[in-house]
Amino acid sequence: MDRLLFLLATGLARGAIFALFALSLVLIWRAARIVNFAQGAMAVVAVYVAFAVTGLTGSYWAGFASAIVAGAAIGFAVERGVMRFAPHDSPLSGVIIAIGLVMVLQSALGILFGATVRPMEVPFDERPIVIAGVPVLSPYDLFVLVVAVAVMAALGVLFTRTSLGLQLRASAFAPEVSRLLGVRVSRMLTIGWMLSAAVAALAALLLVPTELGLSPHSTDVLFVYAFTVAVVGGLDSPPGALLGGLVVGVLMSLVTGYLGATVAPIAVLVLLVVVLLVRPGGIFSARQVRQA
Amino acid sequence: MSPRILPGLTGTPRLLVTAAALTVLAIGGTFLLDPYRNYQLALVAAYFCATAGLTLLIGLSGQLSLGHAALMAAGGYGYALTANALTESGIDGVPRFLVSLVVAVVAAGLLGLLLGLAGARLSGPYLAGVTLALVIALPAITSVFSGVFRGDQGVQIAYDGVPEALRLIIAVEQWQAWVAILVTAIVVTGLAVIRRGRLGLRMRAVHGDETSARLNGVPAGRVKVAAFTASAVSAGAGGAILCFVTQSVSPGAYTLAFSLLLVVAVVVGGLGSIGGAAVGAVVVVLLPWLIGTAIGAFDLPTELEQRLSGNLGVLVFGALLIVVTAVWPGGLAGALRRRRRRENRMLRADQMPPAEPRDSRPAEPAIPASPASHPISTEPER
Repeated sequence: MDRLLFLLATGLARGAIFALFALSLVLIWRAARIVNFAQGAMAVVAVYVAFAVTGLTGSYWAGFASAIVAGAAIGFAVERGVMRFAPHDSPLSGVIIAIGLVMVLQSALGILFGATVRPMEVPFDERPIVIAGVPVLSPYDLFVLVVAVAVMAALGVLFTRTSLGLQLRASAFAPEVSRLLGVRVSRMLTIGWMLSAAVAALAALLLVPTELGLSPHSTDVLFVYAFTVAVVGGLDSPPGALLGGLVVGVLMSLVTGYLGATVAPIAVLVLLVVVLLVRPGGIFSARQVRQA
Repeated sequence: MSPRILPGLTGTPRLLVTAAALTVLAIGGTFLLDPYRNYQLALVAAYFCATAGLTLLIGLSGQLSLGHAALMAAGGYGYALTANALTESGIDGVPRFLVSLVVAVVAAGLLGLLLGLAGARLSGPYLAGVTLALVIALPAITSVFSGVFRGDQGVQIAYDGVPEALRLIIAVEQWQAWVAILVTAIVVTGLAVIRRGRLGLRMRAVHGDETSARLNGVPAGRVKVAAFTASAVSAGAGGAILCFVTQSVSPGAYTLAFSLLLVVAVVVGGLGSIGGAAVGAVVVVLLPWLIGTAIGAFDLPTELEQRLSGNLGVLVFGALLIVVTAVWPGGLAGALRRRRRRENRMLRADQMPPAEPRDSRPAEPAIPASPASHPISTEPER
């Protein structure tokens, strides 16, 4: 029972990270109708920046801030420098260019920093807090949960309560009409990419310390999990990403705890295939499935 | 119009004759190569099997698979496990090879069928995600079922020597190249027949506009599943050849990077073009080797050399993928086609007053796309 509680709590913390990353995928999907397969590679570049900054200044928080800034900068560079040139006649070309980006970024990191896994330190106690004799969450997991909730709340406010959010939503849903009404659609697209990449960088930064460490491939699995989350929740729905993240996080934590860590990727694959076979639009999406 | 040999021969017979001629040419070519080149040729043939299937899948049916390495691995494991079982029961030589090959192809085909069924209802990015998850889960699958797949170590098979009758003429590398070329020839010819046949036309129709294709009585789902299965079968055959040539199969050989490399090969060659897939396979085998040789030629510190050796090739391929997709969408085949068309036009303008272009190939989907069915139309135009 104690173990179950511990796994559930850890799963929630992991799920919060998956949800954040999935949310970043949803943001780009809504803004540009592209599933950004390079999101993981872009995020890991930002985490390397954070790692370097933390190494130079000795402060985790300076690294934390720099990861978010670097994430936004990478999002800007990718949108303006690469994605803008994707041909629009086929939905696949965006995906293919993103894959090229993954290869470029990961191999460049490999050349610059080598394939060695670098452990990342966090200024938190790793030992779990014990509540009523049951070990529940480590302070770091608590921090992850708080950050994830704060970011989601901030994004929620941004999208529903501000003029910028309104413009972002408008240019995503009806670009032509928005342009006629004076919205700078192209700029909104860039802002969408920057927001999304920054959120992804944050999610990767939160995840890496809980894993083995930082390497050019640290986010490969995170991307697959987050993609699963986005599919489970529906790519169009931010609340779906949140719920999906928690579901997948808890599920993975239970699978890892009871069946072993090697089974987790298989469980994700099975979950993904089952969801796609049963409800291709996502469990939490009420909309019609997209054609073609 | 460029001069054609045997202009009377058209359609599928022409295709078969061309395939046979190219096969004979390739087999004859093995006599000119040294053993290492023959080994590389066998690798090219194995990759060509997989890329030809993949180019058909992406270019014609519009389904993007990032998991073809996993399908190749299914073929490789199917081949290796069957070959080992047959060796234990005392069967060897040609029967062992053929039975193992069939099992490999069936295993990959079944996996492909399953993925195709999941993917038929999905649009591109979803299928890409599922296949990505599959290839990421591959090491986990082999270590969870390590009793069968032997975990990271993989499965080794007995060595297949040159048959008695040929032992005096050719070396083992050349023999392996022959086998690889023959299997690839059969598989790729099959794909080429599919491509120019009814199923190929239906794939183009579904890719061009799924709704219109459905309205015209094309069973879109079934066409997509068939495309995926055909592609998986050829990837499985490629994996089986690779296993035959290297005598082993392990998850380390079928990583995500390898899978993405296959995608690069078909995009650079030109999506939907079988000749392009062949060029792509050659590039994927030769470029890393060239880069490795070039790095070796410079006198670099060992650590830098190690970092460069694996990564520089991937960097070049990634950049190539981005540039080709953005600037040169048809790849190599598309560029050649455009050039040929331009030459034809100039030639015809010289000879006669403008006439109906006779040899315009259906490069475009057969059914015009209606804007209503494009979900991408919400995309901002810049």
